[in-house]
Amino acid sequence: MAAGDFLTSIELISPTEFAKRKIQSVQDYSILAAESVANLFRTPRYVADIVQQMDMIGFGSLPIVLASVFFTGAALALNSATTLSRFGATTVIGQLVSIGIVRELGPVLAGLVVAGRNSSGMASELGSMIVTEQIDAMRALGTDPMKKLVTPRVVATVVMMFFLVILGDFMGLLGGSVVASVLLGMNAHEYWSNAYQTLVFSDVFMGLMKPLVFGFIVATVGCYYGLSTKGGTQGVGRSTTEAVVAAMILIIMVDVFVTRFLMVLLGS
Amino acid sequence: MATPSLPVEAPVSRSQPPSGPVIVFEDVAIAFEENIVLDGISFTLPYGETKAIFGVAGSGKSTILKMALGLVKPDSGHIYTMGEDVTEMTEDQLFELRRNVGIVFQESALFDSLTVRENVAFRLMEEAKTPAEEIERRVREALRFVELENTVDMFPAELSGGMRRRVAIARAIISRPETLLYDSPTGGLDPVTSTTIVELIIKQRDVSRTSSLLVTHRLQDAFVMANHYFDVKAGHIKPVPPGGKIEAPMAFLILRDGKIIFDGNIEELAHTKNEYIREYIS
Repeated sequence: MAAGDFLTSIELISPTEFAKRKIQSVQDYSILAAESVANLFRTPRYVADIVQQMDMIGFGSLPIVLASVFFTGAALALNSATTLSRFGATTVIGQLVSIGIVRELGPVLAGLVVAGRNSSGMASELGSMIVTEQIDAMRALGTDPMKKLVTPRVVATVVMMFFLVILGDFMGLLGGSVVASVLLGMNAHEYWSNAYQTLVFSDVFMGLMKPLVFGFIVATVGCYYGLSTKGGTQGVGRSTTEAVVAAMILIIMVDVFVTRFLMVLLGS
Repeated sequence: MATPSLPVEAPVSRSQPPSGPVIVFEDVAIAFEENIVLDGISFTLPYGETKAIFGVAGSGKSTILKMALGLVKPDSGHIYTMGEDVTEMTEDQLFELRRNVGIVFQESALFDSLTVRENVAFRLMEEAKTPAEEIERRVREALRFVELENTVDMFPAELSGGMRRRVAIARAIISRPETLLYDSPTGGLDPVTSTTIVELIIKQRDVSRTSSLLVTHRLQDAFVMANHYFDVKAGHIKPVPPGGKIEAPMAFLILRDGKIIFDGNIEELAHTKNEYIREYIS
């Protein structure tokens, strides 16, 4: 394609039109997210689909979540040790890793990893169904794709994120423990004792509330981009990329607000 | 085509045929991003008739089918499907209506993660009212109708284009719908497979008395449908004999520039003086 042809093929839209489209997207996403929750109280409920999605999303994401949080916990311990050794306070590594992983890094890392794997998967699967008219066929056969496809994915992701983060947090602490005992020569019992005793209700509560929000973001963003796919296979690729980017950015942004909200709520 | 082994039963609700038309379009218009696709479209599909819709690519033929089923809403006008105004119905209400209407999509639109059995049984399984044994019996009956009973455990990716189209027909007829919508059922298929599909559509029309809208690019398919009927005793299609004792309930509708330029039967089509249509059918 010549440069001139390329330039003329670029669609120029006015700022007003651009803003309208963005607002429309936010509105459509909000409707999808609200419907996915409202469908929990409507029949039919697709329990078998929820279980199937739990297996695909939860069990499928387990190795990458565990690995990523384990090595982050290890890296956190290493970095903390460098600073803490200047003050002769390496014994508090367990506390630092524990607070960092449980309150923040565990949920966020798990959210990002699950988003990378599953938002893209949902967007590409539903996008392919759109371009091959399978979604239209489903509607024509009297089945609501929102109930059959979206709600099971949202429920499965929210539930499995909760358990993935619990396991991920443990692996993060284990990673810190390995570094503390093998590289820094700390007593493992001392590390785990510090890590455990430093945690209070608000830390655990915050660490277990975030994955519920992140799971909801991962699933609804993936489904939204999938069901908004236009333009054949190229459109599927575009939706997949956009879903991952949007889900990751949203998780990082929302994390700030959720953290602040929970801090105010818990008075911590 | 081989002799069909088992005719599909007539729709349960058709013991007393409805008197009114099955589908009515009243002054329907639709545009996509400022491009007017259909404008002032009005026609009726009488009970038991098959109406073939022709037009160049992008003339809105498939959109007519989707609008008839409420999958796409028109910008203006009214569409009555089986007496219900689909333009005024909510999605939940439309799900009920769609249970009595079958559709065969252009590229079959089979669910690629499900087997042929699960695809064909999809509607019955979703309704969750039919016992498993009954579902299995009807799946096999529908697949026998399209002569693909041996594919029951295969996935769509393992089937040829023609086989997928026939499975899509089986999926559409399993609930014994009163109305069927075919979107280019022979598009992209070889002549032999196309003939098989056309014979299945004739069989469905004449055995089950199903009313149909048929989108196609192939005039010869529609002419075969207009000139043949399915002989249940013989088990295959036969030419309509002269004399009018047997009639093939077939009509033609031609679109051009978003408007209907012809709506009539094969004789009216043959005698039309419209230059565009004469060129189209020549």
